[in-house]
Amino acid sequence: MTELTHLTIAEARDGLKAKTFSATELTQAHVDAIEKARALNAYVLETPDKALAMAKASDERIAKGEAGALEGIPLGIKDLFCTEGVVSTASSKILGNFNPPYESTVTRNLWNDGAVMLGKLNMDEFAMGSSNETSAFGPVVSPWRREGSNVSADASGQIEGTHLVPGGSSGGSAAAVAAHLCLGATATDTGGSIRQPAAFTGTVGIKPTYGRVSRWGTVAFASSLDQAGPITRTVRDSAIMLGSMASPDPKDTTCVDLPVPDFEAAISRGVKGLKIGIPKEYRIDGMSPEIEQLWHQGAEWLRAAGAEIVEVSLPHTKYALPAYYIVAPAEASSNLARYDGVRYGLRENGRDIVDLYEKSRAAGFGREVKRRIMIGTYVLSAGYYDAYYVRAQKLRTLIKRDFEEVYAQGVHAILTPATPSAAFGIGEKGSGDPVEMYLNDIFTVTVNMAGLPGIAVPAGLDAQGLPLGLQLIGRAFDEETLFAAGQVIEDSAGRIKLPQAWWA
Amino acid sequence: MSVDEKTVRRIAHLARIAVTDEEVPHLQGELNAILSFVEQLNEVNVEGVEPMTSVTPMVMKKRQDGVTDGGYPEKIVQNAPATEDNFFLVPKVVE
Repeated sequence: MTELTHLTIAEARDGLKAKTFSATELTQAHVDAIEKARALNAYVLETPDKALAMAKASDERIAKGEAGALEGIPLGIKDLFCTEGVVSTASSKILGNFNPPYESTVTRNLWNDGAVMLGKLNMDEFAMGSSNETSAFGPVVSPWRREGSNVSADASGQIEGTHLVPGGSSGGSAAAVAAHLCLGATATDTGGSIRQPAAFTGTVGIKPTYGRVSRWGTVAFASSLDQAGPITRTVRDSAIMLGSMASPDPKDTTCVDLPVPDFEAAISRGVKGLKIGIPKEYRIDGMSPEIEQLWHQGAEWLRAAGAEIVEVSLPHTKYALPAYYIVAPAEASSNLARYDGVRYGLRENGRDIVDLYEKSRAAGFGREVKRRIMIGTYVLSAGYYDAYYVRAQKLRTLIKRDFEEVYAQGVHAILTPATPSAAFGIGEKGSGDPVEMYLNDIFTVTVNMAGLPGIAVPAGLDAQGLPLGLQLIGRAFDEETLFAAGQVIEDSAGRIKLPQAWWA
Repeated sequence: MSVDEKTVRRIAHLARIAVTDEEVPHLQGELNAILSFVEQLNEVNVEGVEPMTSVTPMVMKKRQDGVTDGGYPEKIVQNAPATEDNFFLVPKVVE
């Protein structure tokens, strides 16, 4: 039998239903794997006791024939989701040992469907980063290594050699799924934070349409861009998990009152008769020939499955990233104003209230977060608001209009590379110029700016043996087409062989 | 546009983040790198374009204006660094 940690969510669901193994056995296998994988630093908090108690309750429900859609499925939860009675920190020192007295809607939905929580996953601080290097808990080690690399874990679990980053901000989520430390993980995406780490780790990640998933109880970064979604090992598993995470929610006014479609049923639809657009503006200077070739290959796979491939134009693509670096920091500076050392988290005493705020925030926020709060404060300040913020919001209108015009021509989905390169090594990017790191999101950020759904699917390996992903962008609230087309890519590329457990 | 050291200190104060003398030049360099990156937006003619206010066309949900939750001050203050009788404690604000 396949190792229990190597099952897909769909296979585990079938095995539990057939009573081939119990939820307790499935959870225990993951608890053991997590314990042996601490060198990867994917989990910032392990909750084995809670996991086993939840698994036991799942076994009881299965015995009574009352199993939910995710009954007994062990999941990892990004530390951005507030979980009642379980410390939630957004991987920031400023939240200290914040212990939420409430449960986020996303995690509540998962537990209502019977899922099991293994623990909280590492991430870039407040989801600001593309490599998981900004976490207050230290970086996550990617389970992937370049071919011939000397990266290894010694007997005490220390990593030796220059390891690769798993991407970010959902780096812990992507690494845990790729390293078989959970069957699936929750993640969030403000500019690419689900799709870029999924692409870096050979996993599947979908950012749904803005408003599909409730943001209630999820620590806010940029409220008009943030959306939660799953990272999993297959397209089908993402469809299953998103079906559970999504729901209307009276507690989030931006969450739509639309019924959640049967996403899993959509994966077998195929792409026959669909029109898939290839945006010429995504052919950027200096793109690696491997990525270019993979993109071409992806289009050929979809054509072979019956889709019509057409070239399309999204003329404002190049302005999405600079506009994002005005809009997102502006919203972040406002959202993060609440961390003041008074109501929760870290506090540094001062001579008066302003001094207390300034000292607490200086001690609690990391460098990247401070940088973004300050940029946001600047672009919203008197005299600069129109020149920066209003202009960026106008650009956002134009970016969205580009997509609307392409969809009005009958295009059902758009195919692009997910990232401009494969995973890079720790410390390799952004140490001098923050913009170097930001460029990682060049293909994904347009999707957040337009509020559209996007999925990253592994499509091949580069010359160094590292995974590369393709991205499909859909029409608003049409995640189903993305699952259908994503399944065609997965079937054509074959499932990526994930790394052996060299760290255990 | 670019920022000088004085502006960096002013922004830091507006953002309520204490900065040390050593941090200021680094922050200045990083902020200017970002500001020079976003400069390219000035190439675009945005005349007559409405700034985006909502990414999905939807009417904001409204609920009845009534009390639906609450009555647990001890839960509200449970994570606070300093409290007294279910109030947050701060240094004296008014004399």
